[in-house]
Amino acid sequence: MGYEWDFAAVFRHSGLLLEGALGTFRLAGMAILIAIPLGLLVALLRLSRLPVISWLAVIYTDVFRTSPSIVLIYWFFFAFPLLVGVDFDTFTAVSLTLGLQTGAYMAEVFRGGIQSIRPGQWQAAKALGMGPAMTLRYIILPQAVRRMIPVFFTRLTELFKATSLAAVVSYAEVVQMASRVSSETFRPIETYTVVALFFFVVIFLASRLVRYAEHRFAVPE
Amino acid sequence: MSEVLRVENLHKRFGPLHVLRGINLSVKKGETVVILGASGSGKSTLLRCVNFLEMPNEGRITVEGKLVGRATTKPGVMAYSNAELNALRARVGMVFQQFNLFPHMTVEGNVMIGPMKLRGMSADAARTLAHDNLRRVGILEKAREYPARLSGGQQQRVAIARALAMEPSMMLFDEATSALDPELVGEVLLSMRRLAEEGMTMLVVTHELGFAYNVAHRVIFLEGGEVHEQGTPQQVLLNPQRERTRDFLRSHTLFRLPEPGGGL
Repeated sequence: MGYEWDFAAVFRHSGLLLEGALGTFRLAGMAILIAIPLGLLVALLRLSRLPVISWLAVIYTDVFRTSPSIVLIYWFFFAFPLLVGVDFDTFTAVSLTLGLQTGAYMAEVFRGGIQSIRPGQWQAAKALGMGPAMTLRYIILPQAVRRMIPVFFTRLTELFKATSLAAVVSYAEVVQMASRVSSETFRPIETYTVVALFFFVVIFLASRLVRYAEHRFAVPE
Repeated sequence: MSEVLRVENLHKRFGPLHVLRGINLSVKKGETVVILGASGSGKSTLLRCVNFLEMPNEGRITVEGKLVGRATTKPGVMAYSNAELNALRARVGMVFQQFNLFPHMTVEGNVMIGPMKLRGMSADAARTLAHDNLRRVGILEKAREYPARLSGGQQQRVAIARALAMEPSMMLFDEATSALDPELVGEVLLSMRRLAEEGMTMLVVTHELGFAYNVAHRVIFLEGGEVHEQGTPQQVLLNPQRERTRDFLRSHTLFRLPEPGGGL
């Protein structure tokens, strides 16, 4: 069967898709801003010598890692506002959900990175007179983060793709916009081909950038 | 001469293991004291208690006339604040068996980080200080290299320079040459000897009897967590009075080269 490809209809609506792409970037950006500091914080709590604190961190990471993103999004958009009596707009609900969930994954990445540094590094810093905070900042994290880069990037890729779930609460990210475009143009194949290309190009370029950064900041070992 | 370190009735337990059983020790300014002993005799633990990498269970440690910590209601047990211990560690240099250089920093970066972050030095001043100390251990030409590109002996000399850049009042060496290939031991021992000759106060745990004999002012033989025998190198190494000291020295000198060829 011969299918007549026609991208022209899609390009006439490229404004909508562009708007959607911006929405996707905004969501992902906000979620990353939440996830990275949160991940570091939870990792440090997890490594705490106080069992209560460490257990709280374990509970947090386990809850968020075991729930499907889409369930969490529904929960934060529909259920959570009922509990606290504050309405969330879709952007807040989804970026918070994805940020909290990615934060849980990041916590494990940070923890693994920090624990992979030999205890001798802590000792040498301590013997110089450094406290734990200073040691973490100047000695441990710079080494740990270098080792974490590949896994870190995998998590961010997952996050970027998970933003498409925001469509379920009608947030105007790229997949939501695509469904609108395809129903207006009756060209779903072309529309979703463009969207797939969008994800491919962004993630591909980012992966090259990460590979360059890995190379650039590599240290002989 | 003034006393840099005084250790009084020091006890350290790891669970049921009583590793240090009432150590008394005094080190004067400019003195090099070598601690010998079989593995498990507590010599590394003693060294690590002096800069509180291990927390003593009991006993008093006085550095440059200042008692560390404050007495508690329990006799012999002291309480310490973190700030006080960090400040103390900044004044007591330590060199580890495994070097423990920071691999993500250049050689000079390793030496600069302490003075910059702990003594508030500018990068320029810290670099000058770092270069001075790298020159002191003969490794200035590697200032821009990363530690991984250096041999073990070179790395250990950088570790010595890193500790020296804090301008410590005394240096602790915890088996500084034990992890080195035999042909690299000499360059590290020479750096240590030069330091001793410059008048640095040093507490050295080592198995290098030749170094002890030629460099130490005093040798302490530790056995079962106690000072078993001490004296000048000639007394302890050539004319040991106690049976355990003799056994230890015998096992360390089973095979020897004929003279000349011995010594450092």
